[in-house]
Amino acid sequence: MSAPTISLEGVVSTKSFDRLLATAKSGGCASSSCGLSAKTDDIDPAIWEKIKDHPCYSEEAHHYFARMHVAVAPACNIQCNYCNRKYDCANESRPGVVSERLTPDQALRKVIAVANEVPQLSVLGIAGPGDACYDWKKTKATFERVAREIPDIKLCISTNGLALPDHVGELADMNVDHVTITINMIDPEVGAKIYPWIFYDHRRYTGVEAARILHQRQMLGLEMLTARGILTKINSVMIPTVNDEHLIEVNRWVKERGAFLHNVMPLISDPAHGTHFGLTGQRGPKAVELKALQDSLGGGAKLMRHCRQCRADAVGLLGEDRGQEFTLDKLPGEVIYDAGKREAYREVVACERGDHVAAKSQAVAIVKAADTGKSLLVAVATKGGGRVNEHFGHSKEFQVYEASPRGISFIGHRKVEQYCLGGRGADATLDGVIAALERIDIVLCAKIGDCPKDRLAEAGIRATDVYGYDYIETAISALYAAEFGVEPMAATA
Amino acid sequence: MAFKILASQCTQCGACEFECPSGAIKFKGEAYVIDPKECTECKEAFDTQQCASVCPVPKTCVPA
Repeated sequence: MSAPTISLEGVVSTKSFDRLLATAKSGGCASSSCGLSAKTDDIDPAIWEKIKDHPCYSEEAHHYFARMHVAVAPACNIQCNYCNRKYDCANESRPGVVSERLTPDQALRKVIAVANEVPQLSVLGIAGPGDACYDWKKTKATFERVAREIPDIKLCISTNGLALPDHVGELADMNVDHVTITINMIDPEVGAKIYPWIFYDHRRYTGVEAARILHQRQMLGLEMLTARGILTKINSVMIPTVNDEHLIEVNRWVKERGAFLHNVMPLISDPAHGTHFGLTGQRGPKAVELKALQDSLGGGAKLMRHCRQCRADAVGLLGEDRGQEFTLDKLPGEVIYDAGKREAYREVVACERGDHVAAKSQAVAIVKAADTGKSLLVAVATKGGGRVNEHFGHSKEFQVYEASPRGISFIGHRKVEQYCLGGRGADATLDGVIAALERIDIVLCAKIGDCPKDRLAEAGIRATDVYGYDYIETAISALYAAEFGVEPMAATA
Repeated sequence: MAFKILASQCTQCGACEFECPSGAIKFKGEAYVIDPKECTECKEAFDTQQCASVCPVPKTCVPA
């Protein structure tokens, strides 16, 4: 697969931008599939249109598009045992955490500043740090301001569902077409172990009664969204021994009510966070437990496996957080939206994606045709664009793919501490990276030094940079063919 | 009688401000503050004080 004439990296770096814009506008794309919508699965075209640029709803889109959250909604109407919003730390990555709250006007300034700097931006979400539907006036004011300035940005919210039924009509009127509801139970007895209280209809409810009201409102809200054709994602926090097996039933319930995606996330629990679960020693699930549960849910609503559990003020591609570059003190006093950069990026992506999809289907065909009955677990260092394009030592996460007779599928990611800082690798960090890569057969990256390569080999993990800058699937299929001694098909696009 | 907010414990989420039936709560400087002249302790409006019922931090909205 040849590199495209215009690189995505070229678009995101400011220097080459004018040149790029000229190229993009003169129709300089060499790909034969340019302009095709890169539709991968057998998804309804109307739905594909809604999700194709949304990194959280489309695994394929998350290689190209970025989201940002603005923390305008700090008030919440329920208490969850995994949440504590008293502390916030810039170095922490977990939902509900923010460094600063914004007014709707400050949020508008931030969104414009990010749109001018991050051309991948396609989605604006409000995910608290409280509840977007409960703190409704600020959510609504923010969306109205942003939609006036940047009409093509997708708007989405995340909510616990308690106040959701009150605002479904307004959400539809504002063209919010993606809503995430966190649903951890459908049995109030289970809910009572997760939610100590809710505030509803001017009073506080506790115990099973609270969980029952929350459950009824969540189901009502989900049904109302489905009736309006608004896509829904259900987030569930997997809490071992509390709701882990119960989530199978949750999956069935939400699927019956039209949920588009189900995202099962591991509980993040640490005494230092000051949450009830953290302080009482409730553990989170291990990676294998999470995967086992996700696998058992395969037949329900479509599963999301690329979630990074981001902060309520995250900015950037899902695997990165550039929020610290756009804090209030760094924003210009007055900003004017410049649509040029995002438009140019979209043109390049439309092109690149067509190319990528063609390469991907060819790669999957190679793996399927090999008919070896064997599978390979591959960890990929990437910084976006669907390519093997990150150095091993610079990776903060690896994307994990499984190649098997069923094809090539993305199955998750492994977070690691960056091994190489300032040109030197740290041994202790490398141990952590190796531990995180447990059970991986091969690591693909753009570049890797001999030292870490040898250390990985000692742990039984092979690493290679010979497929650097190839599409991820193309690299994996070549690897699979080489590994199991099958003749690769003539690899022409 | 009125309620007050213990500023050192306040998370500044603002839920109390829009639940208050008397409009007695405003954000001032670093924290939310209850105007004792406006606060009715929700008498005649609700069974329980709204600020104390919605506040995420225990014992933060308390009798002044």
